[in-house]
Amino acid sequence: MRPLRPVPDEPPALHERAIDNLRFIRETMESATSFTAVSGLGEISMGVIALGAAALAARQPNVERWLAVWIGAAVLAFVSCALLVARKARTAHLPLLAGPGRKAVLSFAPPIITGALLTAILSRAGTVEAIPGLWLLLYGTGVITGGAFSVRVLPVMGFCFMLLGALALVAPGEWQNPLMALGFGGLHLGFGAVIARRYGG
Amino acid sequence: MAKGRALARATETGLHGVAGGVPDAGTPDLDRLIHERIRLGIVSALAVNDSLTFNDLKRLLRTTDGNLSVHARKLEDAGYLTCAKSFDGRIPRTEYRISPTGRDALERYLDHMEALIHATRRR
Repeated sequence: MRPLRPVPDEPPALHERAIDNLRFIRETMESATSFTAVSGLGEISMGVIALGAAALAARQPNVERWLAVWIGAAVLAFVSCALLVARKARTAHLPLLAGPGRKAVLSFAPPIITGALLTAILSRAGTVEAIPGLWLLLYGTGVITGGAFSVRVLPVMGFCFMLLGALALVAPGEWQNPLMALGFGGLHLGFGAVIARRYGG
Repeated sequence: MAKGRALARATETGLHGVAGGVPDAGTPDLDRLIHERIRLGIVSALAVNDSLTFNDLKRLLRTTDGNLSVHARKLEDAGYLTCAKSFDGRIPRTEYRISPTGRDALERYLDHMEALIHATRRR
């Protein structure tokens, strides 16, 4: 005897539905949360390193050494900030490279990689005057795009960096080091303090 | 910190199961109120945020005003959410927060799902 209607497929097993429900909860939580592990103390550490670098760079006899000081400071600041962000994420039980954290990193990275490549090209060509403005502009771009997945104050900081970058591109040579100090030092210190106070460290 | 733990728990243990009871999905233990997808989404999103506005939730859950409003009202009536209405200039603003009762309900629901997975894998 042939059934009048085809036998429906078996409903999903209970444990499959439970897994699906847990996956839905996890994905909703990930998309609902900002990447709040951004560390105000990390920003402050970057600001302090940048102010030290500005003082040291101002004493350099030539532009190559000036550039080397700032590149060294950038690497040191990155490591310092990354360690403090990882510590905050661990303390707050927040996933570092899942959900919003991953999106923030993936959005922040392209302008920074572009800046590194352009720095290499411009310094090889001997046209380093544009580098401070370029760094401030591209860093600001990265902070705005990455900050879209993080705390609300970050895109504001990114916009301030972009304004300083635009100013640096048209400002005379003697302004470049103070503008770098104001951006990478001052903005990091100021916004870092706000983030540390509002978002728990 | 509680919101961080909630997300960490859903992320780390969500698909592996933990030790616990052996409930049946058909038992009255299952909280039908948050079992529905939109309501589960509302509670989950609020568990990792201090508060979310009506528009935040609508965008996040990709649902309509009417649908969200009905489900949020059910959760509010059950005491799982608190709702505060105010004005942002001339624009009305509705802000939701999860209550301790709602957070407990989500924890129990997570326990239930995890125990279900655990029980099935032991068979």
